[in-house]
Amino acid sequence: MPEFEPKIVAFVCNWCTYAGADLTGTSRIKYSPNVKIIRFPCTGRIDFMLLLKAFANGADGIIVSGCHPNDCHYTSGNFHAKRRWIMFKELMDFMGIDMNRITFSWVSAAEGAKWAEVVNTTSARIKELGPYVSYKELVNRPIEEEVKNE
Amino acid sequence: MNNLNVKARKLLETKVVGVVIGFETGPTGIVRPAFITDPSKADTLIYDEHCTQNLAVYLTKPEVKKLGKIGIVAPLQVMRGIMMLISEMQITADDIIVLGISSKGELLEISDISVMQGLIEKSELSNPLKDKELLDKLTSLSREERFKWWQNELSKCIKCYACRQACPLCYCTRCFVEVNQPQWIQVQSNTYGNMEWHILRAMHLAGRCISCGECGRACPVGIPCHLLTMYLADETFRYFGVRAGTSDKMKSVLSVYDPGDKENFII
Repeated sequence: MPEFEPKIVAFVCNWCTYAGADLTGTSRIKYSPNVKIIRFPCTGRIDFMLLLKAFANGADGIIVSGCHPNDCHYTSGNFHAKRRWIMFKELMDFMGIDMNRITFSWVSAAEGAKWAEVVNTTSARIKELGPYVSYKELVNRPIEEEVKNE
Repeated sequence: MNNLNVKARKLLETKVVGVVIGFETGPTGIVRPAFITDPSKADTLIYDEHCTQNLAVYLTKPEVKKLGKIGIVAPLQVMRGIMMLISEMQITADDIIVLGISSKGELLEISDISVMQGLIEKSELSNPLKDKELLDKLTSLSREERFKWWQNELSKCIKCYACRQACPLCYCTRCFVEVNQPQWIQVQSNTYGNMEWHILRAMHLAGRCISCGECGRACPVGIPCHLLTMYLADETFRYFGVRAGTSDKMKSVLSVYDPGDKENFII
């Protein structure tokens, strides 16, 4: 049986982490190929619903990354995002969703090496945790089972 | 509650207000909200321990607003709702006369918004005791057990959105859930979609919930969905040191920021 290869979706901001990931490539640093990067204008644009949709569509892990505090291209987007993630993380944990599967990080445009490290550690962690079975079961619950509950 | 009737009648007779929102006993003996526009009907207003609905929900409705200035019977949770609505610029202090009710059920004299603020600050603002116990019970469970517990609860949801309708702070004329391009929340009821809906609702009320528990009471299938928003209300206090609905100048926690916000999970 082949080794489990996790699907990781990375939501990154255009100005810092995306450029940082670019630098990882131009610096020829090798990193885990499990990650699929989605570029956003700003961390403040990343709606929490997008994370849920990523899990629903088969992601096993998620990375959310943007500019360091005080470095936001739009001055305050990442500060707003930070407050939102604090609340989101607490709510998810309260509802029993595995927060070990989501990595939040600040990666600047100069931190190509840090990006590789963030992806590699996340990928290794998700590999250890295995596929997110309980969430997938919930999403794909057959209609018969739903009706039976009523 | 004689004082309440006298005051309501006076406000209506002198045409200071166009309508008084309070409670009356319905034909089957069950307490229901009342909208009194005729001074002679002011005597039907009651207030007792059965009057639990949060009446602040009606303040933003256009059909109520058009009746003129509003007098509203307001125990603590309604006062907090009013504070939030004023701070979010949905109503102004001039739109309403507050007929405050103390925790013992007595009529309070509230001449302006600062008096109300003083009263709120002196009151107990944390979550109600029985909800606190449930929250403690849930947080002591393991994560997997909590996931199962919520899945079981949320599988009952019939997507009637009563929780949204009952909430004084869910006043958007077009709710996120009705947005269908893209369709964020599935229309039909299934456990996963129900969970998405409740996460969405709780996140949109994060830092705004006034812990009145109206959403949970309104739920026809008995999902304790108020625990989600109450939990976030507690977390808001823990992280940012504020409770919603305590000031008319306050900005909700997620619409402002402080560069010094502390967290320990972002690497």
